[in-house]
Amino acid sequence: MPLIEVSDLVKYFPVRGGVFNRVIRQVHAVNGVSFAIEKGEILGVVGESGCGKSTLGKLLIRLLEATAGQVLFRGRDISNLSSAQLMPIRRQMQMIFQDPHSSLNPRMTVGAAVREMLAFHEIVPKQEIRAEVDELFSKVGIHTDSKEKYPHEFSGGQKQRVGIARALAVNPEFIIADEPVSALDVSIQAQVLNLLMDLKDEFDLTMLFISHDLKVIDHFCDRMLVMYLGFVVEEMPCRDIHADALHPYTRALLGANPSADPTQRHELTVLEGEVPSPYDLPVGCPFAARCELVTQQCRHEMPPLVDRESGHRVACWEV
Amino acid sequence: MRSTPSTFELLPIAPFMPHTTMPLATPLLDVRNLSVGFRTDRGDVTAIEDVSFQVRPGEILGIVGESGCGKSVTSRSIMRLLPERNSFVDSRSEILFDGVNLAQADESVMRSIRGNRIAMIFQEPMTALNPVFTIGWQLDEALKYHTKMNRSERRTHVVEMLRTVDIPHPEQRYREYPHQLSGGMRQRVVIALALCCGPELLLADEPTTALDVTIQAQILRLMDELRKNSDTAVVLITHDLGVIAQICDRVIVMYAGQIVETSEVQPLFARPQHPYTKALLESIPQPGPDHHQARLPTIDGVVPSLFELPAGCRFQDRCPYKVEQCVTEQPRLSKEVHMRKVRCFFPINES
Repeated sequence: MPLIEVSDLVKYFPVRGGVFNRVIRQVHAVNGVSFAIEKGEILGVVGESGCGKSTLGKLLIRLLEATAGQVLFRGRDISNLSSAQLMPIRRQMQMIFQDPHSSLNPRMTVGAAVREMLAFHEIVPKQEIRAEVDELFSKVGIHTDSKEKYPHEFSGGQKQRVGIARALAVNPEFIIADEPVSALDVSIQAQVLNLLMDLKDEFDLTMLFISHDLKVIDHFCDRMLVMYLGFVVEEMPCRDIHADALHPYTRALLGANPSADPTQRHELTVLEGEVPSPYDLPVGCPFAARCELVTQQCRHEMPPLVDRESGHRVACWEV
Repeated sequence: MRSTPSTFELLPIAPFMPHTTMPLATPLLDVRNLSVGFRTDRGDVTAIEDVSFQVRPGEILGIVGESGCGKSVTSRSIMRLLPERNSFVDSRSEILFDGVNLAQADESVMRSIRGNRIAMIFQEPMTALNPVFTIGWQLDEALKYHTKMNRSERRTHVVEMLRTVDIPHPEQRYREYPHQLSGGMRQRVVIALALCCGPELLLADEPTTALDVTIQAQILRLMDELRKNSDTAVVLITHDLGVIAQICDRVIVMYAGQIVETSEVQPLFARPQHPYTKALLESIPQPGPDHHQARLPTIDGVVPSLFELPAGCRFQDRCPYKVEQCVTEQPRLSKEVHMRKVRCFFPINES
């Protein structure tokens, strides 16, 4: 049984307006997304800003309520649980955010921020909290002398380590990492990715790793979902995405990514046109307006996400 | 048609041409020994030290480095945009733009150059545009100030500029406000604003960092066309080595306020000489099954604080090749050999 199973997840954000403040239209953020994550697996979610990848992460942990669809955690539907019923499950799911600065309380020392997690969830007896904080800090590579410092005294990479320590404090099984390395410099990004990889093995973690950076997803994840306009357009293993990717949008993302090798200069793929409005979704394929391979069928009929071979699913009529 | 990886790698954006084989044009911008400091509550601090470089017409010079290395201070001091209240430029510094020393120039001289002969693109397009004026008004203002065009000429020119940067329906966009455009379009408007007076030098400070890769590709293509078609000199500041590899001719690597290496692009990526450059290149995740989920080489430690710079080499604490000399003595930038300079006692990969 997969650890996480998501079926037909939908999220609309109502936009209110007019004299009676009625719902005048809906932002279609996530449009019927289904996938599963096996225990110990890292699933990447990649896409451009506004494609619904962060919303998807928040729906999984119920920081947002889904409009429709189900999230099963170890086979149990958590979409309708009360907050009291949800509490023990929340402890098993933790989130790491993009901007470690805004996710830490500036008036709380980093030690206190981690202590709070341990005390609130009653992870260890009171007298062992201090020792546990020290251990967590040493695991994420922060000197234990630093624990009485405030967030502003740390660099971005160190703050992200504190965010990771806080997430790990409750011994979670499942981590949602929303752009955890996007705000970091490349050398620090490498440190944090290595740390996440080590911790994944040590704590036997399962992860949903959200990023706009295909290079990082390709390197770090076992499988990935490619999202466009709230739809999953491709789902595939990450072993060799340059060779395996099929969907024209995934190919365009790959082609637009500048390679750090000046001997391989290539004409960067430039997508013409703009992303369609999430208020009125197109009838056919969401990518039809910008796709090179577009046909009449694409404009009128939504392609289903079809299994091509072991775990590689593509939503396209033409490839 | 779907292109396979091998075919699109074969289409060069600008074939690499070593400058050594071409006669060198006179530099448009010649920065000599630029040192800039700030007055702070904790005392004076030197943000960039002894930065020298040249940019020629039609050339794209990349400046790369991590946060706090001084790349933005460099571009802002060229434009003289640093607050005079708490910043100071060393008196020996020279910023020669077409023979005029901008470091000593009057504000009136700067005003005639800024936005006209030298233009700048900032990272965040929303802050560079005024939200209460239309796109057309803002572009028109620059032309009104710097040119003698009349109203209808200006309007035609603005619409033409918007078309150049691939803004669809430019006549309609002319009347719209910045919030009505997407992030990528706003950045293209900022570029149109920078280009509308036909600058000879474009300073682009992280122009694509806040953008998605597909939009980034549009902006990079635009800058490449610009240097080819108008012979504009471009200084491109970025932390993304991929962007550097794709469109720059030469590159400067900065670390803790100093230039640590400068080279043409291809030799730098093939044979980095400074340990920092080498480490930076290695820490980029590589594509392909061989590297999948492998440990990334990292640079241990952090950049030293500008307030507590070590006596010797600034990279010493993070350098795997450190010896006694690195601790006691500060390395100088070497003499130029094959268009390369490096600040290290024991450069790696030296031919």
